[in-house]
Formats: sequence, structure tokens, C-alpha cells
Amino acid sequence: MSQSTLAIRRISAHAGAAPGENVERDELVCKLIDTTTCIGCKACEVACLEWNGYTFTETVFDNSYQTMPETTWNYWNLIKFNEHEREDGSITLLMRKDQCMHCADPGCLAACPADGAIVQYTNGIVDFQQQNCIGCGYCVSGCPFDIPKFNPTTKKMFKCTLCVDRVSEGLEPACIKSCPTGCLHFGTKDDMKDLAETRAKQLRENYGIEKAGVYDPAGVNGTGVIYVLHDITNPEAYGGLPKNPHVPWVVRIWKGPAKWIGNLAMLGGLLGVTLHYLRYGPKEIDAEKHEGEKP
Amino acid sequence: MTNGWIDIKNTDMMLIMGGNPAENHPCGFKWAIEAKRTRNAKMIVVDPRFTRTAATSDLFCQIRAGADIAFLGGVVRYAIENNRIAKDYLINYTNAAFIVKEGFQLPEDGLYSGFDAGTQTYDKSTWNYEEGGDKSGEAATAAPARGHTGGATAANANAASTGGSAASQGQQPGSGSGPGLTGQGYTGMGAGGAKAMEPTKSAPTLPGKVAYDLTLQHPRCVFQLLKQQYSRYTPEMVERITGVPKDQFLKAADTFTSVRKDGDMKKVGTIMYAVGWTQHSFGTQIIRTAAILQLMLGNIGRAGGGVNALRGHSNIQGATDMGGVFDIWPGYLKAPNPTDTDLATYLKRVTPTTSKPEHWDSFNYWSNTPKFTVSFLKALYGDAATKENDWAFNYMPKVDRNYSWTQIWDAMYRGNVKGMFAFGMNGVAIGPDSQKNIDALKKAEFLVVGEIYPDETSEFWKSPGVTPDEMKTINTTVYRLPCAGFAEKDGSMTNSARWLQWKNVAVPPPGDCRLDQDIVAQIFLKVRDLYQSEGGKFPDPILKLTWAYTNTLHPALGDLAKELNGKALADLTDPKTQITIKRGQQLPGFAWLKDDGTTSCGNWIYSGCWTEAGNQMIRRGTEDPAGQGIYQNWAWSWPANRRVLYNRASCDPSGKPWDPTRKQVWWNESAQLWQGNDIPDFKPDSNPKDHMGPFIMNPEGVGRIFGPLAAFADGPFPEHYEPIESPVQNPLHPNQSNNPVVKKFKTAADKYATPGDGFNIICTTYRMVEHYHYWTKNNPMNVQLVPEAFVEIPVELAQELGIKGNDKVKVTSARSFYIAKAFVTKRIRPMTIDGKKVYQIGIPIHQGYRGIQEDADRNARTIANRLSPTVTDPNAYTPEFKGFLVKLEKA
Repeated sequence: MSQSTLAIRRISAHAGAAPGENVERDELVCKLIDTTTCIGCKACEVACLEWNGYTFTETVFDNSYQTMPETTWNYWNLIKFNEHEREDGSITLLMRKDQCMHCADPGCLAACPADGAIVQYTNGIVDFQQQNCIGCGYCVSGCPFDIPKFNPTTKKMFKCTLCVDRVSEGLEPACIKSCPTGCLHFGTKDDMKDLAETRAKQLRENYGIEKAGVYDPAGVNGTGVIYVLHDITNPEAYGGLPKNPHVPWVVRIWKGPAKWIGNLAMLGGLLGVTLHYLRYGPKEIDAEKHEGEKP
Repeated sequence: MTNGWIDIKNTDMMLIMGGNPAENHPCGFKWAIEAKRTRNAKMIVVDPRFTRTAATSDLFCQIRAGADIAFLGGVVRYAIENNRIAKDYLINYTNAAFIVKEGFQLPEDGLYSGFDAGTQTYDKSTWNYEEGGDKSGEAATAAPARGHTGGATAANANAASTGGSAASQGQQPGSGSGPGLTGQGYTGMGAGGAKAMEPTKSAPTLPGKVAYDLTLQHPRCVFQLLKQQYSRYTPEMVERITGVPKDQFLKAADTFTSVRKDGDMKKVGTIMYAVGWTQHSFGTQIIRTAAILQLMLGNIGRAGGGVNALRGHSNIQGATDMGGVFDIWPGYLKAPNPTDTDLATYLKRVTPTTSKPEHWDSFNYWSNTPKFTVSFLKALYGDAATKENDWAFNYMPKVDRNYSWTQIWDAMYRGNVKGMFAFGMNGVAIGPDSQKNIDALKKAEFLVVGEIYPDETSEFWKSPGVTPDEMKTINTTVYRLPCAGFAEKDGSMTNSARWLQWKNVAVPPPGDCRLDQDIVAQIFLKVRDLYQSEGGKFPDPILKLTWAYTNTLHPALGDLAKELNGKALADLTDPKTQITIKRGQQLPGFAWLKDDGTTSCGNWIYSGCWTEAGNQMIRRGTEDPAGQGIYQNWAWSWPANRRVLYNRASCDPSGKPWDPTRKQVWWNESAQLWQGNDIPDFKPDSNPKDHMGPFIMNPEGVGRIFGPLAAFADGPFPEHYEPIESPVQNPLHPNQSNNPVVKKFKTAADKYATPGDGFNIICTTYRMVEHYHYWTKNNPMNVQLVPEAFVEIPVELAQELGIKGNDKVKVTSARSFYIAKAFVTKRIRPMTIDGKKVYQIGIPIHQGYRGIQEDADRNARTIANRLSPTVTDPNAYTPEFKGFLVKLEKA
């Protein structure tokens, strides 16, 4: 991949077409996370911090191996550990790398009112442009995965960039590079989807894991990060992965019909004013009345 | 490892037990995942806790810490009962058919024949093969080797005078020294001869011609004894001892042995272990049980098979290879003892003679011991080592007693060791019984610590509990020498797969930090100067030591590597090939070593690492034509760049690979040579018709299911014994609960608990993927990932004690206490052991009183090893860090 992957598909709150859109055909990039081979080593957490230049944050032990309860503005990649009781009563430890899912239909971008604060590149990466961010936090309400986080010092929103700076130079994201077991893969969406389905099939047919499947939710039109799960019917068990994520209706209505209704109302208002002007002319000041009002 | 990390990808079946590779060897663990992904390999994990390794397994059994022999013994029994045996392999490549001497007795009452209760040692003269020939017709008349009915046999006068048992270091995978170390020597390298301490003259030896019964019917043949030994390890008994429910155990046994279903030889299973096996008062014997199982299943020597010790440090394999333990020299040569009055006496004692059925052949590679020994002495003393002075043999110290890890600390605690050099280890944190080590250091005159951080050892004088008044009474002088970190040094590290990999310096050491070898060299030169100027009782061993490095004050590790590889001291010609090596040239390998003083070699197993062709360890070739992950041109693997040990056993007796899809080596009839994708670990021109055994390091030439004579201190077969501190009496023989040859220490600090004293929770210690021992508590990134000390507690136990997650708890053992936060987890479940409800808890070892969190007072500043007892395995002297008794309460 070259710099051309930085061509933009969508821009938040932007009127008109995105520059570069449809200029060339681009492959969608995708990260595949095979939770069945994740060992929870957190190498991806450290690689993410080091590549993005974040340093030590004080953490507190909280009855878990998990580093912190949720991702933060400067901790974009977090393995979620969940002790899970299987149907037969046996225990397992589910480990899922949590980060931005890079939705094909990004709720954050839809919700964002700041022109150019969130962009989606033609390779599918959804990226925040902090110089345009107004810190309103609307992206949080648009995200079904609770990913964007607020930096109280700079008053800007942050999240995983899918290492767009590496990807645009032909490198894999830092987390992928650091993974020791190869549970993380990176490539085109088609290839990753194929690899994921093959692995899920292997789990079902050779390991008796009947409910193994691929998480690529249709509600957001698929994601740029997909999972192989042991139990596709219960993604919630993996630390709150939503079963049917979708961009909230509020955002949809607000940025969809409501926006047009609003626009119509605004246009209607303007039209009303114009018509009123044409019909009645400019408002004339009643000099007499004014005079009469004087003491 | 008999095999190597990458080779794990060739397996069909994994048993991971006594190890947690996903957390402690995450990079190597990729090959286990690879086997699952590409071969549909199955993974069984057996552990006291549901670990992150277990999370990727196909079958998990929660076992009681310390019950491993019972579990594995049960699998051995299952394999025999269900005919899951590699029969041709068993008969031809192991000592299953060998007949054991009359008088040998199995430990039905917990004791093998020959026990002397007074000295707690065995007279092993009955632990031997019978001399003779084919006994296949005599099965009906021979008397079986029943267990004892009475007590121990009479005292063995010969063994009575010995001061502590000596090592069979390196005789089996897993022998090691010191905590955190799993040793892995050259399997079965021992002569089966006398142990170091035992008087030479009366030491029994193996018979030259061994009686055998290839039908395996003779009641005293090894196979029948094995069958009898483990007949007691029924699934019900396994459940009583291990706490693994019978149906779960049977599922695990069935799954693992399924590779040998109907005797088919194509599939291969591997066993991986780490210090979860070694750190017991019977650790060596756990590994022995695994080796027996793998020999029965025909899994050793094969791609995807083996018994694989996963090493916990980057260069622990190198430390043992280089003789970093008291009773061996580099290359697993046995250290001499005071009875070895001259070289000939020593060599006679330590050089094994062949012991085999008459019509079989045995390479007995250790018969070359004199060549390795003399070349080693020439490397040390150069021209000062002459034929006349026995090649300077008497310059070498003679090991007069046990100087293993816990013994050193014990001696210091008793005031007998005056000072210590601590490089590359944190002795206080390592333990066991950290407080005993701290109290020992208080009595020392000096302590020199070479480290990259101030650590618990160098700050023992301000450990928790030391008052300012007490501090004034501590007179130990502490020298803290800032050393270089791993990225600041070059040199090679030997990994678990026996690869010597050379690395370059990444950055220079900061500030005043110096390289370890510079510090040691400069101290040596000063000591030599003192001997030179002031003389001394016996100055020659110091004055005459060779020091032929380019820069004597800063010896380059390249110079040292060349010295280890060895060189010709005269022109040498191979009579067969007429190849000549000129005087002064580097040797191509250990096959060139001589016992006449014409070669020098610092470590025979490393010979070949730096030849005339240059540094072989720095090679980075990625060719792998066979696709088996052999990578012949990547780094250099000892011995002789072989990647899988005993690979002759990957073929049937006629020399054809058991599995044609995984061809490692094979006999080429037309060339009359062994050839292969790997380098044959065998005599290259030995025709299969000669029936030479594949286990060339054993004098028998075959794998030892029965470990004869002095191979092991505690029995020729493994037997389940309880940990020194156990919640139950041994269900097999309650009157002999513990390992009978294990001795407790006797100072005031050495206290051992019983359930009767209220200590009834089993505690085990472990490491986590987020930290590296006691170092990374100084690194913010690691501290962020796991910031605080915790104790993993089963939900049910927490409820009983009213403990909630994150509560502060206190764990108390007979020695000391540990304070940390509670991690209440479903991943450790209550167990039923011999009908009794038993809980296990787990403590990561990574915290102490010196680190980022500790310095900020965000940690209780206790060390996990304050809890562990000073008691060790009798073969490798590894302390029992796993499975001791504690109490638990809210702090």
C-alpha cells in the first residue's frame, strides 16, 4: 500500500463529495483477531503504546489480569479477560483484544458535527483528525462499541487509528507485528474474511467447537476488525461485544431524516420570511404610535 | 529439549504439564498454535490453575500441585492396559526386555530394595541388570520382584560414610540447579556407575552382557516390572491422589495415548514441561515418568515428539551446558571427588563401559570421556597441562560435598560461608525461604552484587522488618557493581532448543556500567597478582591458568567462544579421510578430540560452534528444504548442529522412517550411510543389521525405562511421594508419605508445616507473562500491565473466609507471611483429595521490596518466596517451590 491509501471516502459533517473518492479502486484493509489462539500476553497493548508514543499510566489491580477496565484516550488497545462458565459447567478464560472496530458504516463519523474531525479512508480505516475535533463527544453516542475517549487536557477525542501511519507505508499495524502466536492477522478484508471462515470451519469440524464463527456485524455494514469467536451466538461473553451493533437510531434520525426535516424547517422559515417580505414588504415603523408612547 | 521449539509444529498431540508456555514462553508457544492450526493437533493441559495456556487447550485437567507422578503413572498404566504401545520401538530401543537382578524390590510400601533408614540413602546394588543371555524360555520359573513386606534392609556400610548425595546432574532432562532453572542434560549420559561420593572400589557396575527376554514375558524383565509398578496407579487411585475426576483423567489418558492406537506408528505426541515439574522434592522423577511414557509410545527422537524442557531464561540452557552447577564440568563431565586421587582413577570411575544384550551393538559415546576431559584440561592449563602432571588434573577442585543452591545459603546461615558474588541473579528473591537468605547475608562479611538495578539482594540490609537499630549491627560490606544489560553485551545465548545464537551489541552500557566478563577478568588478574607477589598454599591452579585473550583486561567473548570450540595443538590427520588440521587451527567438531594432549576444547558439546569457517552461531540462513523447521543454517545447535536428538529412533529397526511424511534421517543402503534432513545423531556407518541402539549416550544404547544403579537417588522407577508439606498422607503408602531420601534442613529457620498445625491450603508459585522475574518491576511498561501483588483464591474459599476481590489478604506459611490483594477467581476450583476437601491458591513471584511500586509504597513489600520451604529434589537439588502448605486470612 502507498500514500494513496490515504484517499478519503467519507468526511464528518462535510458538505459535498470527499476529495479523492472514487478516484481509484482500493482494497479494504482488515485486522483479524482469532480469540481461540489469543494467549492474553498483552504484547499488542505495549506495542500500541510504544508505536503511538504513549507512556506509563498508573493502574490499579482490579481482581483480574486485565490492565484497566476500559480503553482510555491514551490506551487504545486492551485485552478484555472474562472468566466464563461453559454450558457443561467447566471454566474457561475468554480473552479478546478490544479496540476500534473501524466500522464500514462508522457511527462516530455519522454523529460528528465537526467538519473533517473524523474521516474514513478509502481503505476503510476510520481516523480522528484532532485538529478539527471540537471535543463535543457526540462520536461516543454514535459508537456502538464505546471506543472514542476524551482527553480532558487537550479537549479532543482519541482512538485506535489502525496504525494508519504504518499502513499507508505498507507496514502492518503495530499490534499485528508484536503478536507472538499469530492470533492477529492483517490483510485485505476479503482475505481476512476467508481466513477467518476457514479457521471457524476448522474449529467446528476438527475441534468440536460447534458454535465457532466469525464476528463481522452487519448492523454497521461489517467492520475493519473481525473476530473468530468460539461461540458466535454469545459475543457479550467476551467483555461486552454487542450481538447486533448498529449506529444508534438517535444518530441515524438526527443525521438522516431529522437533518433533512431540520433543513426543510430552516428552508421553510427562510421561505416564510421571504414570502412575508414579498407580500408585506419591509416592516415600517409607526412613527405616530411611537410618538404617542413617549412620555 | 530433546527436540526444539520450531519442531513443536510437527506434532499431532501435546501434553503440557508443569509448564505454562503461553504465559512464560509466549514466543515459543506460537509453534504449539501452529501445530493446532496446520495439523489439527490436540492440546491437553494439566495444571493446578486454569492458565492462559489452558485457555487455548482442547482438554484441561486441574491437578493438585505435586501429584504429577500419580497422573503420569496412571497414563503409563492406561497405555499398557489398552495396548497403546510402540512395540518394536519398546523392544529394540529401550531396556524393556532387559532382566533386572534378583533381589530388586518395587516400592509397594514406599521403599525400593536397599534402603538404609539411618542415612536415608539406598544401597543400589540390586538396582541392576542381570548378567547373562537370552532368557525368553525362563519366564515360567523365575521369581517376580515383589515389593517389601518388612522394613528397610540393613544399612549399607559403603554409603554410610558419604556426606550428602552427589549429583547425577545432567543425566536426565530436567536436572538443573537453582530455582527457576530446569536443567536439561544429555539424556541418560550417566555411566550408571558410581555416584560422585561413593567409594570407588566397591561401586557396583553394569554387567557387560545383559540378560534379556525379547518376548517381554520374564517376570523380572523391565517391562513386567513397569507393568507391576504402575498397576497400582488405577484411575480411582489417580483421582484420590491428583483430584482429577476419573472420567476426566481417562479422557486425557485416552486422548494422549491415541497417537499409538492399534500400534500405528505414524502419529507423534510431545510432552512440554517447565519448572512446574522440576520444583518438587521428586521433580527429576516426574520428568522420568514422562520419559518412560514417551519411550513406551515411541515418541522420542521423532519430529513432533520428545520430552521438552521449556527453559525459563534466555540462557539457562547455556548455564547448565557450561557447568554452572557444582557437580559438573562444562559439557556435563562429572566433577571429580576426593577419591579421584589421579586422572586414571577419575576416568575409570566416570567413563562408562557398554552394557547390553550380547548380539546388540552400543555406541556408548561417553566412552570418549577421556578425550573430552584431557582436551578440557588443556583448554584450562595449556602448556602447563602435561602428560607427566596428569594434564593438570590435580589443579582442579575436588567436590567433597553437596554445594548446591540451598546448601550454599544454609552454610552462610550457619556462618560457614563468608562472602558471595551474586551476578545475574537475585538470591534473596529467588529463595526458597527468602528470610533465611536475608538472615544468612546479615552474617556474611561481604557481598558483591553485579546487577543492572538495585535489587532485593543488594538491599537485604533494609528489607522489611529490619529496624534502624538492627541495621547498625549488620556488618556485611556490600559492593554494588553496575553491570551491562543483555542488549549491551555481545556473545551467544543457548536457548531451550540447544541453539547457540550469537547476538551483537545494540547499545553501549550506560555510565559506569561494565561488562560482567570484564569485572570477573579484572578480579581474577588481581588475585593472580597477589598469588604472584605473596605466594600461597597452592598457587599453581591460579598462576598457570591460560589467559590467552587478545585483551586480558577485557576478554572478547569471541575469544572465549573460540576457546570453547577448541583447536588443534599439533597437526592432526584423520586416518580414514586423510583430512588434516594444522596446529593452531580451530576444530570442526568434537569427533577430533584426543586424549593425548594434541587438542584443547573448553566444552566438548560446543565444539563446532566457532570453526575455521568462522562463527557458526551468527548464521541466519532461513533455508528449510524439508519443511520440518530444521533450519540447518540458522545459528548452531549442539551437539554437532543436530536439531532433534536421538533421531535414529525416528526410523524402524531396518532404518526406514516410521512416518514417510516426516523423514528426518534414514539408512542409505547403497551408500552404507545414515543420511537425512537433520544430522543423524548416530554412528554414521552403523548398518541397521548391527542393531546399534539409538540412545548413544547410554552405555546400553537404548532408552532407560528402568534407571539402573546410581542413575537416580530415589529409585529406578518413579513413585508418587507427597510434597514435604502435604494436606494428606500418601494414599499409596501412608507410612512412607514423602520421598524417603529427601532430607530436611535443620537450622532454626527451617520449619515445616503439617495440616495439623492449621496449615491446610496448598500454595503454588508461578510467573506471569507480563513480568520477567524480579527485573521488570523496575520497568514502567510492565508495572502498568500488572501493577500490584496478588493471590489467586478460589471463589469457594474466598466465600468461606469472607474475602472479596481486591481485599488485602495475608498468606502465612511455617516460615513467614505474604501480604497482597485477593484475586478471587473461578479458575481454581476446590478439589477432593483422598476424600478430603482441599483448596489451592497461587502467588505470582514478581513483587518484592525494591521496584517502582515498592519504592512508592504501593506494595506490601513482601516476597513470595518468604513462604517456600528449604527442601530439594535429591537428584537435581531444585527447591520445592510448588505445593507447600499455608494459611489464609484477611489482612
